Amino acid sequence: MEKKVFIADLIAKYRAKRGGLIPLLQEVQERIGYLPRWALEEVAQGLDLSLAKVVGVATFYSFFRLKPKGRNIIRICTGTACHVRGAEKVMAAVKEELEIGPGETTADGEFSVETVACIGACGLAPLMTINDEVYGRLTREEVVRILRELEAKEEVKV
Amino acid sequence: MELLTVTINGRRLQVPAGTNILQAAEAHGIHIPTLCYEEGLTATGACRLCVVEIKGARKLAAACTTPVAEGMEIYTESERVVAARREVLRLLLANHDLRCLTCERNGDCRLQDYCYRYKVEDTPYEGVLREYPIDSDNPFFIRDYSKCIRCGKCVLICAEVNGAHVYDFMERGIDTKVTSAYDDNLQETTCTACGMCVNVCPVGALVEKSTLWEGRAWEIEKVTTTCPYCGVGCQLKLKVKDGRIIGVAADKSGSNRGHLCAKGQFGWDFVHSPDRLTRPLVRKNGRLVETSWEEALALTAARFRAILHRYGGKAIAGLSSAKATNEENYLFQKFMRAVLKTNNVDHCARLCHSSTVAGLATAFGSGAMTGSLDDLLAAEVIFLIGANTTEAHPVTGYRIKQAVRRGTKLIVADPRRIELVKYADVWLRHRPGTDIALLNGLAHVILQENLWDKEFVATHSEGFDEWRRVVEKYPPERVAQICEVEADTIVRAARLFGRARRGCIVYAMGITQHRSGTQNVMAVANLAILTGNVGREGTGVFPLRGQNNVQGACDMGALPNYYPSYLPVEDADVRRRFREFWGTELPAEPGLTVTEMMTAAAAGKIKAMYILGENPVLSDPDAAHVEKALKNLEFLVVQDIFLTETARLADVVFPAASFAEKDGTFTNTERRIQRVRKAVLPPGEAKADWEIIVALAREMGYPWKYPRGPEEIMTEIARCTPLYGGINYSRLEEGGIQWPCPTPDHPGTPRLHAEGFSRGKGKFHPVEHIPAAEEPDRNYPLILTTGRNLYQFHTGTMSRRSRLHQLRPHELMMIHPQDAAARGIKDGDTVAVASRRGEVVTRVQVTDDVPPGTVFMTFHYPEVPTNVLTNPATDPVCKIPELKVTAVQVSKAP
Repeated sequence: MEKKVFIADLIAKYRAKRGGLIPLLQEVQERIGYLPRWALEEVAQGLDLSLAKVVGVATFYSFFRLKPKGRNIIRICTGTACHVRGAEKVMAAVKEELEIGPGETTADGEFSVETVACIGACGLAPLMTINDEVYGRLTREEVVRILRELEAKEEVKV
Repeated sequence: MELLTVTINGRRLQVPAGTNILQAAEAHGIHIPTLCYEEGLTATGACRLCVVEIKGARKLAAACTTPVAEGMEIYTESERVVAARREVLRLLLANHDLRCLTCERNGDCRLQDYCYRYKVEDTPYEGVLREYPIDSDNPFFIRDYSKCIRCGKCVLICAEVNGAHVYDFMERGIDTKVTSAYDDNLQETTCTACGMCVNVCPVGALVEKSTLWEGRAWEIEKVTTTCPYCGVGCQLKLKVKDGRIIGVAADKSGSNRGHLCAKGQFGWDFVHSPDRLTRPLVRKNGRLVETSWEEALALTAARFRAILHRYGGKAIAGLSSAKATNEENYLFQKFMRAVLKTNNVDHCARLCHSSTVAGLATAFGSGAMTGSLDDLLAAEVIFLIGANTTEAHPVTGYRIKQAVRRGTKLIVADPRRIELVKYADVWLRHRPGTDIALLNGLAHVILQENLWDKEFVATHSEGFDEWRRVVEKYPPERVAQICEVEADTIVRAARLFGRARRGCIVYAMGITQHRSGTQNVMAVANLAILTGNVGREGTGVFPLRGQNNVQGACDMGALPNYYPSYLPVEDADVRRRFREFWGTELPAEPGLTVTEMMTAAAAGKIKAMYILGENPVLSDPDAAHVEKALKNLEFLVVQDIFLTETARLADVVFPAASFAEKDGTFTNTERRIQRVRKAVLPPGEAKADWEIIVALAREMGYPWKYPRGPEEIMTEIARCTPLYGGINYSRLEEGGIQWPCPTPDHPGTPRLHAEGFSRGKGKFHPVEHIPAAEEPDRNYPLILTTGRNLYQFHTGTMSRRSRLHQLRPHELMMIHPQDAAARGIKDGDTVAVASRRGEVVTRVQVTDDVPPGTVFMTFHYPEVPTNVLTNPATDPVCKIPELKVTAVQVSKAP
């Protein structure tokens, strides 16, 4: 119920504004971390828009997420330097290990994978970041080792 | 209209300012290819196929989004243009599922057409072909998005015309997909199954299920005809293959502009129902058994003759049908009057708009809709009272929603939260049965605040002063008490309506089906005269007629007091003219109405009845009484396409042809006479109603002959019906004509009273609030009001034998949460509803769409015969029963 109250407040704030849908969705995402269906339904009803319109906008912009993000965010750099030095292999290794591709989250909610254009550490290419940690000069074996280590740590926490 | 001169492909052409290049070229027969443009929808310029070269412009321009300008030099097929179009097509092919061999649209596909036209055989691009699962979850059509070209027409027609906005573009770039939110099944969305998306789809992405694997495009014949459901009179094309209907395509020749609702698009399948009557039936030893036409006709003629001989014409009565054609209604009333010597002929208009005919005829001089449905789009304000338009007249509902989207203000007066309330600027939720008080209250404020049209009232009306004295007794505070609406809301609505220069008043059964029905209509007329809203574009009084041909059945004189064209039976001159025209003696005394016939039958005064295409056992108030009356007859003949609840009581049943199996005309709610065309043969030995009536007349010794069929009957109609004087079938080939159309060179009349009221001056009628005949009390504390839902029609004879039935398979009485809680009723429960006349059992829907104290039911379901409950109390003028207010009690069923 509380959730709905904060959305109602946001709707009241943006209702009269032209083009208010996008900033409204941004605020919702900031609060919840992603855009769940129930929230989009509330927004559609509150702004007198169809659900199709709202979902259409939410799926158009890459910064909106319709699914919750994992606890660990893996960003694989696909910038020029990483591309040349084998970003594809890094991606393949992650995919093999976690069974998810870019934009997806593991079923247990532990990992999300994204791609980024350039991290600005081209000297370390190819690289990925996990949360705030940078892992450079990666090989397939390196990736697997890092991920397994992390998975083991997560299990201990639980 | 300002004209501009442009040059297209070297031809100098005059085109109206404000049009886009695509429209301008099309008007001169120059076809510019397009995949995403549809007249009446927003031009998005999305497909880029309509690009043209404009001299002096650097880039090619999309013809659909570029307005014409003076002196423009346009090339629609230049080398550059053709190269660009070929590129567009190649890109589309790269992502298109090219299974043309088995595609239902093969031979009728725009992508195919244009690839052929521009010789695009293949694509050099390696695309990404998405294999989407085919959605075939709804009963009506499939969605195969592997064939979608993302033109967006389905998005637009759903959002801009229907208002449902089910679809949108999801994702982006190469992943873009046009679908419902979250790919939901359509039944879980706001979809109303109108199928307009299917009709605008240029390729094979959306396809009617009924056409799947049934035949190739070139094997399917398309027959343009008129929808058999409500009075909007939508034009549509029946798709016919091997003598069977397999689907419906849009037809843009009518005022529906190709738009349809679920009933028009998907509700035709009753035509091929196995329940159709195929042979005449006669009652032998208490049972209806099949027989030959010879025997059925001979028996009927003999019985009619005997009863006529013994008791006279007064003992016979007939119900004609608002579902039958004009030609058939004309013949039916002629048969009753000329052969059976009685004016006891009436039809279901008695139960829907007899109060309109009576009220508007006395106020304006004509009982019909004053304007055209297109006037709604030109109005500044629309005042909708007692009409659930989006369910009962869906395509007119689309017009109202379109008008609102373009800036028209909307006032809704209805006890229920109907869909249009969402679109309304003001909602007056008045108590059922208080319409006169409300309308007088609005007039009061408009007078008080000087918002009335003084010049119009002075020059075009009479009776103003006397009327004003009555209206002065209805200040908003008093009206607020009677209607249970805030006084402020009444004032706001009055100002909104009074200040507009062009206002339309739209109403339906919520106004007419009361014992004060005629006065309700007069109160509507008063408001229209006061504000000068008659006879001009964007103005008018719009009674929405419920049946496909209820307007025509009235026009044809299927009424006890009128011959065709509303010529009064009582007028000796008129009677003499018809006697000479028909060549036989005619009865002088006006006949009985539907409701009076039933009373007379119950009392044994009517001995025989001939009922054509009506089902009074379910449709008339106090159904138990109706059934008793019909059982009391010595002889009952019913002519219908199905063995209805009424037909089961008959002594003889004639199997009739449906709308798709005969020629003729229907007249829609805006007085437009439109063709009905034979698309398939009737099943078995069934015959068109007109053939049966003619055969019966001949059996009775009258040598009627119409060898050229309905066309020839229309020629006879034109000769005795001044309103239809100029109507003939060859004219109707070019589209419908609105009456009055007195002569063959008359163009028809889109707007009545344009040159002053038909009766001379518009008459103000002082009318006072009259409480409903049955107010709630301790024993029957709730008000029952009745109506329709979108997916069923009338007594369900047709719609229940269609796939439509799946969408609303049973009655769901609406009850307010407070009333439900007080009785321990939960959503989905089964309850008993009782009135002073009877009891029915139904499931309920708990919703605040009805106000506290009011429950709502339809009358579509024979297993919940709602009219067992309703009150036969009638309006003293037109004898319309008070179907909209019945006192009932509701309790949880044991």
